[in-house]
Amino acid sequence: MDMSRPSQRRFLYSLSSGNSIVFFILLVLITAVILGCINAERRETLRIAGSTTLQPIISAAAEEYMKKHPDVLIYVQGGGSGTGIKMVSEGSVDIAMSSREIKEKEYKKTPELKKYEIALDGIAIVVNSDNPLDNLTKEQVRAIFSGKIRNFKDVGGDEREIVVVVRESGSGTRATFDELVMNGEEVTDNALQKPSNGAVKATIATNKNAIGYIGVGYVDESVKALRINDVEPTRENVRDGRYPISRKLYLITKGDADGIAKDFIEFMLSEEGQRIVEENGFVRIS
Amino acid sequence: MEKFTFPSNIEDIVRAVLFIFALSAGFILFLIVVFMFKEGLPLFSRIGIIEFVTGTEWNTIDDVYGALPFIAGTILITIGALIIAVPLGVSCALFLAEIAPGWAKKITRPAIELLAGIPSVVYGLFALVVIVNFIQITFDKPTGETILSGSIILAIMILPIIISISQDSIESVPRAFKEGSYALGSTDWQTIKNIILPTAMPGILAGIILAMGRAIGETMAVVLVIGNVVRLPSFLEPGIVLTSVILLEMGEAVIGSLHYNALFCLAIILFIIVFILSILSNYILSRSKIQIR
Repeated sequence: MDMSRPSQRRFLYSLSSGNSIVFFILLVLITAVILGCINAERRETLRIAGSTTLQPIISAAAEEYMKKHPDVLIYVQGGGSGTGIKMVSEGSVDIAMSSREIKEKEYKKTPELKKYEIALDGIAIVVNSDNPLDNLTKEQVRAIFSGKIRNFKDVGGDEREIVVVVRESGSGTRATFDELVMNGEEVTDNALQKPSNGAVKATIATNKNAIGYIGVGYVDESVKALRINDVEPTRENVRDGRYPISRKLYLITKGDADGIAKDFIEFMLSEEGQRIVEENGFVRIS
Repeated sequence: MEKFTFPSNIEDIVRAVLFIFALSAGFILFLIVVFMFKEGLPLFSRIGIIEFVTGTEWNTIDDVYGALPFIAGTILITIGALIIAVPLGVSCALFLAEIAPGWAKKITRPAIELLAGIPSVVYGLFALVVIVNFIQITFDKPTGETILSGSIILAIMILPIIISISQDSIESVPRAFKEGSYALGSTDWQTIKNIILPTAMPGILAGIILAMGRAIGETMAVVLVIGNVVRLPSFLEPGIVLTSVILLEMGEAVIGSLHYNALFCLAIILFIIVFILSILSNYILSRSKIQIR
């Protein structure tokens, strides 16, 4: 199939007849070289690794922080809380992100680990706004998501077959949910998998049979967030620890934080840092 | 200002530079293929190819990898999309090329091109809110996120490809063929059925195959509407396809792990399917008796 039309050919000839192409290439090369030199300039670096739950918050905060301090370069990588704590103990990163407490074993190995609580994470169980259900126990949630309870009438709702909606397997929200709710049990094979909080919400909002979970910060009027053990999933209840599907998120350093690490943690605790926490669907600490 | 002058062999330099740029496309393809095979093939030291392609269980915790649910899902969703899109697309192309008055062409053609330009995530959101609901209510299912919903949205997405390529090839049927047919006393329909369609068929087939490739490779719109449940697919149940499992699981797969290799093997399967389709479509076109503009 010959796609070129006469007009296209004429256009190409007109380009190559002048010196413009060569000139353009030179221009691009020169610009690239200059930019390369600027980037190669020396900067102080801060390396952060750990929990994928915290990664989006810290990445966003690092971006803000670097805007304010152009001389600092922050690298943020995932790997999971355990990896992060291991790396900070070995000194291969400056700060670890952790979505759990430091374990006894880890303390024994590196007693000088220091943790700084920077945010809270709560997960709301959501159903369609037309679903009359409004309260579940944590055990009922587990039974529904593991596929043992398949109809809403078994938990005091309408006669409706339950459609379980979960996040994709790489999601931090899914990891948190599995850890805080499932207690080692597996989520049912029939669960629909969705790639984002928004996609879960869209499914729940349009399907009366669906039940799913999203970060507390993402709850809005398009869906109905259930009370768990009679506690509503509000930011306040997450903050004072009454809501059962919640946990604290930490930054961890080896020894007291100093230098840029200290400054960055202070930035996370400042009004601006806490606003970033909230923008990413998590709960601020105060 | 004094004019800046280049050396006289500038033509040669430009030619060389452009040649390198042109080669780079092929080189990038080569790199991608090498990388894909390098990351994927280690899987087969642990799991046999047959076992991988025919296995129905996919469990990342116990390292059991069977790709059949994904392969079958991809095939089923594509067949569904073609069943819907081919009759619609070909008849639309026939209408535009042979029957439609000038003003109808002027309205329809840009609309079809616009349809081709909509980002796939927008199609996905539309399907999630409209088609999924429609299927759920119509078939009285607990969820409308089914292979069928995916087929419908894919059909809409590949329509522009089928229509424009079919229209081009129908319009390329030489005028003399048609006039000869009319001269023998054929009606419009007889001419379309016996002369135009058979002559244009290679072009239409090539368009359909290209559209198939697009349907198989589509990810975003599909992942939003088919539910992503790993099991052997059927039209009215949630299912999963090759592209969506790669999208969903690549984020968590530890680099170098068996899971990571398995995802790359799915990518290889996808690549081979689309590659074969593309060769097939070129072959059919090259055998065609008429030249498509």
